[in-house]
Amino acid sequence: MRKGMAISTLQKPSQEAKRKALRKNVLGWSLMAPALVFMLLFTVYPVIRSFYLGMTDYSLGMEAPVFIGFHNYMKLAGTALFWKVVRNTLYFALLTVFPSMALGLGLALLVNRSTKTVGFLRVGYFYPVVMPMIAAASIWSFIYMSNNGLWDQFLRSIGGQPMDVLSSKTTVLPAMAIMYVWKEAGYLMVFFLSGIQSISPELMEAAKLDGASHGQVFHRIMLPLLGPTTLFVTSIEFTNCFKLVDHVMIMTEGAPNNYSTLLLYYIYQQGFTNFNYGISNALTVIMLLFLLAVSLPRFFSQDRKIYYS
Amino acid sequence: MHKNKFRLLSLALSGAFAAASLAGCGSGANNSNGTAAPAVSETSKAVSTDENSSGTDGGGDTIDLTCYYPVNVGGDTANIIDGMVDEFNKSQSKIHVKSVYSGNYDDTVTALQTAKAGGNPPELFISLATQRFTMASTNMAMPLDDLIANDPDGKTYIDDFLDGFMVDSYVDGKIYSIPFQRSTEILYYNKDAFKEVGLDPDSPPTTWEELADYAVKLTNSKRYGVGIALNSGSAQWTFTGFCLQNSKNGENLMSDDGKKVFFNTKENVEALQFWLDLQNKYKCMATGIVQWTDLPTQFLSGDVAMIYHTTGNMANISSNATFDFGACYLPGHVRQAAPTGGGNFYITKGISEEKQQAAWEFIKFMTDTERAAKWSVATGYVPVRKSCFETDTIKDYYSSIPQAKVAYDQLENATIGCELTTYNAAEIWRVLNDNIQSAVIGDATAQQALDNAQKEATEVLEDYQ
Repeated sequence: MRKGMAISTLQKPSQEAKRKALRKNVLGWSLMAPALVFMLLFTVYPVIRSFYLGMTDYSLGMEAPVFIGFHNYMKLAGTALFWKVVRNTLYFALLTVFPSMALGLGLALLVNRSTKTVGFLRVGYFYPVVMPMIAAASIWSFIYMSNNGLWDQFLRSIGGQPMDVLSSKTTVLPAMAIMYVWKEAGYLMVFFLSGIQSISPELMEAAKLDGASHGQVFHRIMLPLLGPTTLFVTSIEFTNCFKLVDHVMIMTEGAPNNYSTLLLYYIYQQGFTNFNYGISNALTVIMLLFLLAVSLPRFFSQDRKIYYS
Repeated sequence: MHKNKFRLLSLALSGAFAAASLAGCGSGANNSNGTAAPAVSETSKAVSTDENSSGTDGGGDTIDLTCYYPVNVGGDTANIIDGMVDEFNKSQSKIHVKSVYSGNYDDTVTALQTAKAGGNPPELFISLATQRFTMASTNMAMPLDDLIANDPDGKTYIDDFLDGFMVDSYVDGKIYSIPFQRSTEILYYNKDAFKEVGLDPDSPPTTWEELADYAVKLTNSKRYGVGIALNSGSAQWTFTGFCLQNSKNGENLMSDDGKKVFFNTKENVEALQFWLDLQNKYKCMATGIVQWTDLPTQFLSGDVAMIYHTTGNMANISSNATFDFGACYLPGHVRQAAPTGGGNFYITKGISEEKQQAAWEFIKFMTDTERAAKWSVATGYVPVRKSCFETDTIKDYYSSIPQAKVAYDQLENATIGCELTTYNAAEIWRVLNDNIQSAVIGDATAQQALDNAQKEATEVLEDYQ
C-alpha cells in the first residue's frame, strides 16, 4: 500500500489510472463496510466513550457525567484495594499463562501422531475448552468445597486435614489457576499442534538420519520453529486471562477479603454493584492499557515477519 | 493453500454473522412497530413478558404502566408475578400494566438507571428495601404520602402492614415504598441429630451460650454443629441479627437516616468475636467462608445440624429434608432480635399524577390481603400484612407446615432490624463483608476488622454528611 502511494506521487498518474484506483477503493470500502460499521459501533466508540467517562464523576442517579480530569485515576492510585487487585491479576496471569502453555505443548506432542484413536484423544483434551466457564467453575466449586468437596475428601482419606482451598488467601488463586489451566490447555494444544504440523517433515527426517535423539529434535528443531506460535500463544493467553470474570463470580465473589478479586471482576463490581460508573470506566481504560501492553510484542513481531515466515 | 482456506472460512463466517445480525435488526424493528418500543431495549437481560397486550390496545383511555421486577430466589417466582399482573389487567379496563423481568436486584437498579438515562423509566418497580435512601437521593422514587392521604382507605391500608416491615419504608419521615417480598432469618435445626446426641428436639437453643453448647455437642467428625454463611452479600445480613441481639439499646448497625454506620462499637466487636469463637475456640462451625447457597444443601445432607437462613428456604427444606427438622427464633443474647430483608414497591418520581394514581391502584391490588397471603405461600416470603394471618390460606399453610409460623411469631416478639441500610448501600455492604472476611481468615482481629470497616465506610458516606 505504502509502496504504491510512493510511486504514484513520483509519476503523475493518468486520468484512467485515477478512475481505476477510485473504483478499486470504493469496492474495497464497501466490502469492508459491514465489518467496519460493527467495529466502529461496538469497539471503537465504546473505547472512546470509556476514555471520556473515565475522566468524569458519574454515579447512580446523576443526570449527566461531570468532567473531573484524572481525579478517578488519582483516587484509584491511593486505594489499597486497587493495588491488591492489580497484584492478584498479575499473579493469576503468572500462575496460568506459562503452565497452560507448557501443558498445551505437552498435549500437542502427545496427540501429534496419525493413529486411529488419536481423534478421540484430541477431542478429549479439547473438551474442557468447549465447556462454558460458568459450568466449569460450578464443577470445580464442588471439587474445592470445604470438607465435602472431592479435594478435601481426598485429603481426609489419606489422613490429612481438609484445606478448604477457596477460603484461604494463599490457596484461592492457585486453586482457580489449576482450574483455568485444565480448561485452557486443550485450546493451546490446537495452536501448538498446527504449529508442529506446519514444520516441514524433511527437517525431522534429516535430523533423524543424522542420528539426532528425540530430545535433540525437540530442542533444536521443534522449539525454535515453534517460536512464532509460542509468541502468538503467549499474547492471546495473557489477554485471555485478563478477560476472565465468570469463575470469580461463581466460585468466590472475590473472597476471602478480595484475595481473589481480579481486575475485570473489580470493574464489574464498581460499575454494576456500586454504580460508580466513572471509576469503573477509568478501570476499564487501565485494563485496556494492560491488554495493549501484552499485545504489543505480537504486533512488532508481525512487522518483522517472524510469524508465518 | 492454508491461508486461502482460512480466508474462505472467515469470509463465510463474517457473512453469516452479518446476515444473522441484519435479520436480528429486522425482526426487532417489526416487533416494535405495533406497540411502543420496549422500555429496556438497551439492557439485554430485561425480557418483556407481556403477551396479552393485543386485547387492550384498542381502548384509547387506557393508562399504560411498566413495572420492573427482580427475581432473587429460584423457582417459579417470575411466572407467579406475571400471573398476578395479568389478573390485575383483567380485573379492570382503565389501567394496563406491563411486567418486565429485570434480572436480580442489582440488575434491576442498572436497568432503572439505563432507562432513566434514556428518558423512558418504568412507572414503578420493585427494589430492595435497603435501596430506599439511594432511590430517594437519586430522585428515582417519589414519596407516597400524598397518595396515601388522598386515598380514603390509605391509613388503614398502611397500618395493616407489619410494623417490622413498614419501618423500612421511611426516608426522612416520608414513606417511599410499600412492602412486598419480605423475608427474615430463622434458625433451622435437625431434630434427628438433636436426639442422636441426647438433646431435647423440642427445645432448640434460645441464647448464644446454648447455641455454642449445643453446637459443640452436635459436632463430630462428619458434622458441624452450626452454620452461618460468610460470603459477601450474606454475612452482613446475619451479622445484623447478632449485633441487634447483643445491643443494649436495640441500636442497629446504622443511623436511621442512613448517613452513619456504627460498626466498631464494643457490642458489635463482641458479636464478631462470637463468630470467630464458634469457628476457632469451640470448633463447632466450619472455618473459612461458607456460601449462602451451599448452606441449605449442607443442612439437608446432614453435614451441619443448625443453620441461620432465610424463611424463603422453608419450601425447599420442608420438601427435601429426609429427617425431622425444626425451626426456631434466632438465639438471643442481651435481647431477642432478628434482621429483615427483601424487596418493596416504589413509584418513579416525575410521572404524571394520573399515572401515579394508577400505579398506586396497582400496588394496592398486588398487596391485597388475600393475594399477599397466596404470594407468601407460593414463594416462602413472609406475609406482609397483619390481616393476611386471618386468611384461610395462611392458616392452612401454618397447620400443614408449623415451622413456617416461627417467622411470624419472631416478627411479633423480637426486636426487628432492617438489613444494613445506608446511602450507597451496596458499597457499604462490601466494605463490611470484606472486613468480616479478613477477621475470619485471621488477617485481623475482630476489633481491627471492624475499626477498618468503620473507617472505610465513613469515607464512602462522607458526601452525605
